[in-house]
Formats: sequence, structure tokens, C-alpha cells
Amino acid sequence: MSALALTSASLFGLCGAALVGIGLFCILTHPELLRRLVGFNILGAGIFLVFGAVARRGAALGFGGDPVPQAMVITGIVVAFAATALAAALLRRLFDLTGRASLETGQAELRPRSEP
Amino acid sequence: MSLVFDVALAAGLVALALHVVLTRDGKGAIIAFIGFGLLLGIGWARLASVDVALTEAAIGGGLTGMLLLRTQAHLAGRGVRPAQTGHPSWRLAAAGCTIVTLGLGYVVLAFPSPAPSLAREVAGSLDATGLGNPVTAVLLAFRAIDTLLEKIVIILALIGVWSLASDPNWGGSSHLRPASVPEPLVFLARMLPPFGVVIAVYQVWVGADLPGGTFQAGTILAAMWLLVMLAGLRPAPETRAAGLRMMLAAGPALFLLIGFLGFLIAGGFLAYPEAVAKPLIVAIEVALTLSVAATLGLLVAGPPDKEPAR
Amino acid sequence: MTPATYSATPGGFLLVLAVMLPAAAMLTMLVSRPRHARTIALATMVFGLAVAFWIGAELMRSGTALIYLVGNWQPPLGIALRADGLSLMMLAVTALVITGTGLFAHRLFGLDATTCDGRVATSFWMLLMGLWSGLNLVFVSQDLFNLYVALELLTFAAVPLVCLDGRGETVAAALRYLMFALLGSLLYLLGAGLLYGTYGTLDIRLIASASEHGPAVHLALALMIPGLLAKAALFPFHLWLPPAHAGAPAAASTVLSALVVKAPIFLILRLVLDIAPPEAAAFAGQALAVLGAGSILFCSVMALRQARLKLMIAYSTVAQIGYLFIVFPLAAGGDGVPPWGTIAWTGGALQLTSHALAKAAMFMAAGIVAEAIGHDRIRDLGGFGRVLPLSAATFGLAGLSLMGIPPSGGFIAKCLLLTAAVIEDHYWLAFTILAGGLLAGAYVFRVMNRALATPAVPLVLRQPIPLGLELIPLALAVMAVALGFLPLEPFGLLQIGRPDAIPVVAP
Repeated sequence: MSALALTSASLFGLCGAALVGIGLFCILTHPELLRRLVGFNILGAGIFLVFGAVARRGAALGFGGDPVPQAMVITGIVVAFAATALAAALLRRLFDLTGRASLETGQAELRPRSEP
Repeated sequence: MSLVFDVALAAGLVALALHVVLTRDGKGAIIAFIGFGLLLGIGWARLASVDVALTEAAIGGGLTGMLLLRTQAHLAGRGVRPAQTGHPSWRLAAAGCTIVTLGLGYVVLAFPSPAPSLAREVAGSLDATGLGNPVTAVLLAFRAIDTLLEKIVIILALIGVWSLASDPNWGGSSHLRPASVPEPLVFLARMLPPFGVVIAVYQVWVGADLPGGTFQAGTILAAMWLLVMLAGLRPAPETRAAGLRMMLAAGPALFLLIGFLGFLIAGGFLAYPEAVAKPLIVAIEVALTLSVAATLGLLVAGPPDKEPAR
Repeated sequence: MTPATYSATPGGFLLVLAVMLPAAAMLTMLVSRPRHARTIALATMVFGLAVAFWIGAELMRSGTALIYLVGNWQPPLGIALRADGLSLMMLAVTALVITGTGLFAHRLFGLDATTCDGRVATSFWMLLMGLWSGLNLVFVSQDLFNLYVALELLTFAAVPLVCLDGRGETVAAALRYLMFALLGSLLYLLGAGLLYGTYGTLDIRLIASASEHGPAVHLALALMIPGLLAKAALFPFHLWLPPAHAGAPAAASTVLSALVVKAPIFLILRLVLDIAPPEAAAFAGQALAVLGAGSILFCSVMALRQARLKLMIAYSTVAQIGYLFIVFPLAAGGDGVPPWGTIAWTGGALQLTSHALAKAAMFMAAGIVAEAIGHDRIRDLGGFGRVLPLSAATFGLAGLSLMGIPPSGGFIAKCLLLTAAVIEDHYWLAFTILAGGLLAGAYVFRVMNRALATPAVPLVLRQPIPLGLELIPLALAVMAVALGFLPLEPFGLLQIGRPDAIPVVAP
């Protein structure tokens, strides 16, 4: 495996590390739930890039990368999508029922909304 | 030269992610995230992983983006109050996240060399599956139980989404068509699906030996179906419809049946006899593609919000 | 020629059945008419109990762990399933509690003929089956990524259960739960990625057998364990649990509190015991014990202060989970005794089992009270023991286990843990165990006091409760008490299949 491919794997690994930090920060601090959901997807993308770096480093026998972590990423992306869909549906439901789109606001702001 | 391209790509990804987190514009953030997903797809191609690149572009950029945009429109359309900005402990969070990033960066650079890899083992066992695409072999043979359970996971998520319907709407359909459908959307919804279906069939067909496969094809089909429903050309199906339920369950059910059949004909669960491994796997992939398409499409459509017809 | 990492054992296929039967049931429900869902669920419970029993028989007969290689692929390429004594215990408790819950839900939904085939009931049955499949997989899988899929299976089944009643506050609770659970899964997945990068495998046994541990292992554990703690709701990550478990319908609270939070704890145990290098394991054990003690003290006090019965029980769950974490330093072993040979290990396992049974019984009893009286405000429940004597008795019997009063499984568990704490000179843990017992006594007594009170205006039942419904939680509570007749010594079953190591083949 060429030194260039190794460097490129490390580069995307570092990019993944940065995305993990950015995604985590968004999840922990953003007041809007929808944006936190996007944060989850950025965190997921960062994690998958770390897997990608691992896969690329494992290139051998004419394979561009180790197929096992690549397959795991495909499974992971589909599961992450399902999680996003469930969270988005919950968020819409919360908004329809209470008019809130965040979990931070106090109980006092709970007000019933009519069904659409 | 290619390294310069990779550096620019990585920098672009980080910049877009920061923009998504920091911008005040809710819709802009999601559009930036879709761009992020497409850029990430290119990144995966640069990591020599075309299978993942196709999946990421289709799901990460496409379907997730569609889902988030719909949610954003739903929240914004009825005047959600702008949430108060500024979290009291954001400095602490920022410090913690920086530490995680630095630690990860250190570990990524300190991974052992030569890198451990299962590429050799996969190559050695690939012949027993009759497949040419190593990723498909991992997904449908070596780690087939992951893939089977992941199908169960997405169906469970769909049941969870449906369970959020109000009682009268249970078993009904989702209302996807917006109040006014822009003309170009209708045009696209008439033009694209035939091509989408051809691409999807091609992907399943070649997926056994070349990059592509059931997820990528299923996602494309789901996107085409959603386009047709969004343009109002076809209504969304009722979620209680027997045909729809059959389509959802058929893929995983066939997978499970062939898995149990393995007990009889190949001496183990999810084992395939070498002579018919490839036909069995391709059959599973075809059935899964339709189920995946239906499941992903309905996940985007969301909980039913129209009562079922009496 | 190196010996194979795993060799499949007779009866290994049972592990496949344990995971796949509930999944198959869920798919069948999806295509069946709603009114058949409960029949399918009850049939699956019969099979599930039989499979758990059969696994137990095989394990006892052979005296070694059951192993199955999925698709006949040997790890690292393939995935192995494995059940040792501890896994068996978890599988059996799970089958028992799910069956109890199923019977309970069947009767409870049956009370109202107009809704028994509606949204809540149908979704409940499908989600319950998915949950069962995920739980069983957590207890038998040997592959860290496969375990990630199992964790997600659990999350996607558990979260919608929380908000089945469709009220705004439960949807908020479900969403908060989902946020914690997703963050936990993703941190776990990240750790798994780092482990793969280091070892080129995610098989627990192969990782454990590696001789060198780089910096990646420590960071991986530092990500995975807190991630799992967020799912297990250990103090201070417990904020999501009380509203979620208290807001869920009674049948759902039962499985959430009795079983779902135990799955991440089981995984933490496997990480600390089987993967972590010794010094990291010792450090993690100490840290987990501190948090566990915090859970016991803080959340017991919180339970005492709750105005609503279900919230009180939910806080009690967080407190009782704390006991499982103080096992780590107590079971550290030493003097040639492996962790699984210590009394603390047996104490922890008994605590887990008796809490699962007692808490399931308690949530069901609280559900019956809420259904019959129309609310669960403790202050206004005066005299509920007179109108619902069986449910009050259930509450009291289950309370014995939480307090650790003989005869009960909780008594044996806490007694073993207390003895271990004194022998190992962990006096602060001994104090915590005693204080936790007293506080549990206070919150259980507070409810029993109301149950036996004579109110000025007698309570009126909103609707009659059939005897069969009240008997199910009573049976579970009696089982929790019956565990108290086990002998006070390390339990042989729990040592079957330990340690989880590659067999050494004599040349």
C-alpha cells in the first residue's frame, strides 16, 4: 500500500475526528432539537469516516480497503437514517401537541394545540 | 496533486459542518447539510469505497436531507418560536468536544502499522460465496446476521413512527402532497422514475460483483416513489393495506427463511451451500431491495395523518 | 496450527432461535390482522420460554458455554453467539418477565373491547417482540458491531413504547430518551471503530486474547462505557429515565424498567471484565462504584420526594441499578479467586434478577391502581389496599426485595454485597448499601401506609379489575421473594463458561 494512500486515510481519519467534535458540540449545546438531529448526523458521519480511515489503511490484495468496516458503515448509515426518521417524527408530534420544538422550555409553556 | 484535492475536501467538510452548527438560519443549515452529504460521498470515493459512496450520497445526502427539510418546513410553517440562543455551559462543552477530537486524532495517527485487516480472509472465502463484490459478501454472507437484524431494525423504526399517529389515523395514509405543487416537480416526477427504476435494477444486478447492491438500489427506488407522491401523481398508500405490509415484510422474511433453510441444506443458520450460494444471495437481494425501498420511503413519509377509508 | 477461536457446541442453534423467534413473530404480526397479534405474541412466549429452559438444560448438562457460529464462519470473519451462565440467567429472566408482561398486557388491553385491536395494542405487541429479540441478542452476541445493532434494536423498540399514550409530555419524554440513547449508541460505535482499527476484529474473545494494548483501547473504553451509562441511566445520566418510565403505559414501563436498562449494564460488564486491560478495569470499577453509590443515595431520596406513584417507582429503578455498579470493585477478586467466584458476583446477579422481577411486579401493580382509581397521586390513594388488596400485597412483597428485607431475593443480594464490602474493607460502600436499604424502606412504607389508611371518603373503583389481572404481578412478586430461599454462597451456575477465553489445545 502506497504512502500516499496511508496519508489520505489518516487525513480523512482526522477529518472524522473533527466532525465528531463538531457533532457532539451541536448535540450538547444547540437549543433547537432539529439542529441537534443534524448534529447527530454530523457525529455519525465523523464516526463513519473513522471506520473509513481504518478500512482504507487495511487495503490489501487488490482491494481498495478492508471490506468488513466498509460493510459496517453501510449498515450504520441505514440505521442512522432510521434513527433520524424516528426522531423527526417524534419532533413533529411534539410540536403538533405542545407547540414546542425544544426540550429546554419550562413546563409553563406547555399549551395544547389542535390536531392539524 | 490528489493529496491537495483530499485536503481541500476534508477542509470543505469541516467548514460545512461548522456552518451547519453555527448558522442561525434553520433552512440554510439543512441545505448546507445536504451539500455536506454529497461532499462526503466524494470523500468516500476518495477512500476507495464506492459502495459506501453510493449509500452515503443516496441516504446521507438525499433521503436524510428530504426528511429534514420536510420536518423543518412543518415546524417553520406554523411559526415555531425561535429558541433562546446561548447555552450557559457552552464553553465547557466546547472544551470537552475539543478534547475528544484531539484524543481521536491522536489515536487515528497512532493506529498500528501494518494495519490489521480482514481483506485477506475475505479474499480467501470469497469463492465460497460465488460473489465478486467483497462488500456484498460481507453483508450477505459473512456478517449476514447483522444485515438481517438491520432490516428488522428499520421495520421496527417504521412501526415506531406509525405508532405516533393519532388513534383515528392509525392504519391511514400520510399526506405528502403540498398545497401547491410546482410545475417542475411534476415534470421531474414524470420523467425521472423510469430512469431511477432502470438504475436500481442495474445496481441490484451488478451488486453481486461490482459496487452497488440492495441498499443503494432500494434508496433510489424510495426516492423515486417519494417524488411521485410529493408531486401528487399518486397518493400515499394506506399503512394498513395488506399488499404494502406484504412488501415490507417479504424481504426480511425471505432472508429469515433462507437462513433457517440453511439448517437443512448447509448445516447452519444463514449458511449457503456453495453450489447455489450466489443465486440464493441474489434472490435475497432482490426481495430486500423492494422491502428497503418501501420501508425507507414510508419512514420519510412519516406517521399516517389521514383516516383510513371505511 | 493455532486452535480455532471457537468450536460450535451441541445446542448452539438454540441461541439463534432465542434471537430470531421474536423477530419472526414481529414480521408475522406485520402481515396479520390486528386481532391475531396477541395470539402470535402469546405463542411466541411459549416457545421463548421453552427455548430459554432448553438452553438452561444444555448448559447444566454440558457444564460449558453454548457456542454457535453463524453461517459456519469462524470469527474474525464471521460472528459467534455464545451463552454462559450469566447469559442464561439474563435470557431466563427476560423470557419470564416478557411472558408476565404479555399476559398482563393481554388482560389489560382486553378490558376495553373497542381499543384492544387498535393502535396502542397492535404497536405494543410488535414493539415488544422487537425488544425481546434485541435483548436476547445483547446477551448472546460476541461481536461488538453486532451488539451495536442489538442496542439499536432495543432503542427503536423502547422509545415508541414510552409515548404510546400519545400525550405531549410523554412524547417529550420519549424524545429525550431517544437523544440519550442515540448519543450512547454512537459513542459506543465510535469506540468499536477504534478497537477494529487496533485489532482488526470486533470479536470479544479475539480482542481479549491480544497481548498488546495501545492508547486506542483506553480511549475506546472511555467512549463506550459513558455511552452505555447514558443508556443505563446511571446517576448523573439518569435525567431521562423517570419521566420516560413513569409516562409509559403500565405494560411498557414493566419491560423498560425491569429489562431494557439491564442490557447496557450487561455490556459494560463484558467490556470491563473481558476486554479492559487489568489496570483500566480497576480504575473503571472504582469510578463506576462511585457513580453507583451516588445513584443509590441521590435517587432513593428523589424517590422519597415524588408525589406520583409511578415516578417514585421509576426513581427507585435508578437507585436499584446503582447496586449493580458497586459490584465492580467488590468482585475484583484477588487471592486467586476470579471475579465470578466471589460472593459479590453472585450478589450482583441476584440483585439483577430480583430487581427485574420485583420492579416488573411493582409497575404492574401501580398500573392496576392507576387504571382502577384513575390517578396515581400517592397522597390521594388512602385506603387503596382495602379496594385492591392483591395489588397492595404485590407492592409490599416486591418492596421487600427493594429494601433488602428477608425473605427476598433482594435480601440475599444485598446481604452478599454488604458482606463483600466489609470483607474487602470498602466501608463507604457498606454504608451506602445500608443507607440505600433504609431509604427504600422509607419510600415503600410511605406507599404501604397509604394503602392501609382509612380515608374519610372511601375510594371508589372507576372500573372493576378482574382477579386474573391482579394475580400476574403477584406471581412475579412471589418469585422475587422465593429467590430469598437460595443459599448464601457463590452460585455455581454463574461460573459456567467463565473465563471467556480461547481454549488451549494440548499438542
